Amino acid sequence: MRVNFTVNGRPRQADDVWEGESLLYVLRERLGLPGSKNACEQGECGSCTVRLDGVPVCACLVAAGQVEGREVVTVEGLATGEDGAELSVVQKAFTDAGAVQCGFCTPGLVVAADELIRRNPDPSDADIREALSGNLCRCTGYEMILDAVRLAAARAGEAG
Amino acid sequence: MATARTPAGLAAGTLGGIGESVPRPDGTLKVTGEFAYASDLWHEDMLWGCTLRSPHAHARILSTDVSGALATPGVYAVLTHADLPAATRYGLEIQDTPVLADGVVRYHGEPVALVAADHPETARRAAARIRVAYEELPVVHDEESATAPGAPLLHPGRDDSHAAHVPHPNIVHRQPVVRGDVAAARARAAVVVTGDYEVGMQDQAFLGPESGLAVPAEDGGVDLYIATQWLHADLRQIAPVLGLPEDKVRMTLSGVGGAFGGREDLSMQAHACLLALRTGKPVKMVYNRFESFFGHVHRHPARLHYEHGASGDGRLLYVKARIVLDGGAYASSSPAVVGNAASLAVGPYVVDAVDVEAVALYSNNPPCGAMRGFGAVQACFAYEAQMDRLADRLGLDPVEFRQRNAMAQGAVMPTGQVVDAPAPVAELLRRVKARPLPPERPWESAGGGPDVRALPGGLSNTTHGEGVVRGVGYAVGIKNVGFSEGFDDYSTARVRLETVAGQPVATVHTAMAEVGQGGVTVHAQIARTELGVTRVVLEPADTRVGSAGSTSASRQTYVTGGAVRHACHLVREEVLALGRARFGASHPAWAHAELLLEGGKVTTEAGEVLAALADVLEDEVIDVEREWRHRPTEPFDLRTGRGDGHVQYSFAAHRAVVDVDTELGLVKVVELACAQDVGKAMNPLAVAGQIQGGTTQGLGLAVMEEIVVSADGRVRNPSFTDYLIPTILDTPAIPVDILELADEHAPYGLRGAGEAPTLSATPAVVAAIRAATGLALGRVPVRPEHLTGT
Repeated sequence: MRVNFTVNGRPRQADDVWEGESLLYVLRERLGLPGSKNACEQGECGSCTVRLDGVPVCACLVAAGQVEGREVVTVEGLATGEDGAELSVVQKAFTDAGAVQCGFCTPGLVVAADELIRRNPDPSDADIREALSGNLCRCTGYEMILDAVRLAAARAGEAG
Repeated sequence: MATARTPAGLAAGTLGGIGESVPRPDGTLKVTGEFAYASDLWHEDMLWGCTLRSPHAHARILSTDVSGALATPGVYAVLTHADLPAATRYGLEIQDTPVLADGVVRYHGEPVALVAADHPETARRAAARIRVAYEELPVVHDEESATAPGAPLLHPGRDDSHAAHVPHPNIVHRQPVVRGDVAAARARAAVVVTGDYEVGMQDQAFLGPESGLAVPAEDGGVDLYIATQWLHADLRQIAPVLGLPEDKVRMTLSGVGGAFGGREDLSMQAHACLLALRTGKPVKMVYNRFESFFGHVHRHPARLHYEHGASGDGRLLYVKARIVLDGGAYASSSPAVVGNAASLAVGPYVVDAVDVEAVALYSNNPPCGAMRGFGAVQACFAYEAQMDRLADRLGLDPVEFRQRNAMAQGAVMPTGQVVDAPAPVAELLRRVKARPLPPERPWESAGGGPDVRALPGGLSNTTHGEGVVRGVGYAVGIKNVGFSEGFDDYSTARVRLETVAGQPVATVHTAMAEVGQGGVTVHAQIARTELGVTRVVLEPADTRVGSAGSTSASRQTYVTGGAVRHACHLVREEVLALGRARFGASHPAWAHAELLLEGGKVTTEAGEVLAALADVLEDEVIDVEREWRHRPTEPFDLRTGRGDGHVQYSFAAHRAVVDVDTELGLVKVVELACAQDVGKAMNPLAVAGQIQGGTTQGLGLAVMEEIVVSADGRVRNPSFTDYLIPTILDTPAIPVDILELADEHAPYGLRGAGEAPTLSATPAVVAAIRAATGLALGRVPVRPEHLTGT
């Protein structure tokens, strides 16, 4: 089948999509967007988190056909400027705070954290933990991920 | 940072050197999603490989019919044992692991056949069409069944180096460590405590699944892009399987999504290469999470029996221990895990009389091998439980009791090895104990109604904290750094220095596997410090340069860091020789040996600038590749365990604070503070990240993580739905206190840091749960039913 949807603001078309394919497979293998990661493919780890019409979802649990005519934002769509040269506030905070080690969870966490601080510009630690509880990280022990989200929220606040 | 004014003519220090929290060089690529992990690789015309695995833990293969799979449209090749072109077995130490099952399967999930097809789902469906007829065989699943009279032998006719000294062919390796007179010590003991402990099978659960891309080359060789922990160890095992000389198998490290020991053994490396060479097409293999649980070794589950005796004034008199590790169907790194468990079995304490035996079994359970902590984790859980029980019997504070018996520099290990570097065991305990305790009943402190998110069970909880009890527990551990027991544990670094666009640039090339630990950051820092340049280029890790050894055993900053430093020193000597030839006549200081490279300049020790590096180098390119070795170690004596077996020791202590809902059996770890001596914090932020990450894996083992294997050897929970690792809600604040007591034998005085925090986190959490509940809790992970008795 053919699937038409918007990815990071651009209309995209995927052809020869098999009915059983997930949004994650279409993004990674058909559209050349491997930023969303494939760590469990059953919605437990959050490494493939993308926004579907603004709502964070696990792309591995979304059938490709379900995104027809809808809007998807992936980690590749967060940086701004020419060719994405300028990191988003959350991306920058993740690198500054030491929140990245192996980095496999990072794309999903960055998308989830970005959604959190847009929705809740001044999150408490409990709010951050709740919002990121669907994203597993095996390297960091989460402390520096918390630091990163606090830092991002503070910087976004300063920037007004 | 305070900045001192730099007098004219004196060099400024080099920014981004050691000791600074320099950001990762791959950080931007990782936050934008551009960093290419092994599972992201793509090649024109590429096929997808898939593995058919055994559904049985022990069975004979009566027949295999691949015709249905081969007839599937889109399938290019199907391989079984009969198709292997050369060596049919491989292994890290003992070559006992079949590339594909050779008439017998010995564990649930053993690879039996391979398929290559043009879509991953086609490959999966074709694999499902392979008809394998099995005859199930009796299963060996614990020590009793492994060593019973007439027990099935996993590997009859063993000829490996351990076969001659083991008491039974189903025992991979046995290592005793004996010292002093235990019987006499027991006769003097005022208090004796015995205990039985059990550690469940933990999984590394790295997030990036096993994956790689094999591309056949025109010269008949293959290029493999792979996520691994040690390129050259893979190469040594793959080339014989392919029947190729090593120079025809070219390996490049791809992005690695964590490792923690689980990538020390081969997974899909040889399989992808075999399929690529058979089909003449690039072949990519990516395990899904289900397959990943079968595709790598796990932490050895263990049963441990301990007996401790102490004097009335709280001095340890003797320790007897027997540690039985289940190595599963193939040897992997079981022999080395046994050596660690035996030599570190009494912990960081001074004990004159010791009688320890550690063994690893062959069984039909999943193969076990390396995981962060490597044999020291299991022992630490047991000896720290024993220390708490002894303190209780003696009426002593558990920290005070540990401090009385803590080793310090100059102490002698049960192996006879003298600990000749700082061993601040008592101080680490003092530091975690001195921290203020977090407030009690944190769910109430927010004001208003209870914030259930702070209760055990979190949002899923159904109480308001009525049955919640707080507990505090302590633990400390000892871990070796580097490969032990006489292993030639070297690393290689190539460093080039040249002028590019008028600026000096250093290029560092090693085969070190960056798996997330930040070795690439530290190696660049070392090059900046040693060569006084700002710009450092890191070449991709591959097999064009000599071996860096494994990214494991907390060794890469020490060993490959040491190799980078050594290569930089040799480059510096060449720079200075060049400078003397060019400018020696211009300043008498050139004749001195102690010149430095700093801030892009050659300077005297006093900081006087002699020349700019760019002027010294001009068009010269200085290029040095060298191996570097730390102090040699010795094997442990097979009868007594005596020997200077370890390179270095690493210490961490934890204090755990938990809230336990005693009615629901739920545990919330409120805080898990760690103090660790790292010798020198090469990158303080990265070191803290290692400590927090290692601590969290220890927390996981304490309260949630276990691969459940039934008595028939089948794995029951191979998914992230059923095998739980800590989420951000399960993980508490982890305050970290870093000591830097230099080890004069190590580069920069540093101490390998990655593993020690994984040891003591587990027993500290369980000690806190015991303190809250009064339960004995001899097994990890602690589950709700252990707390409620239901």
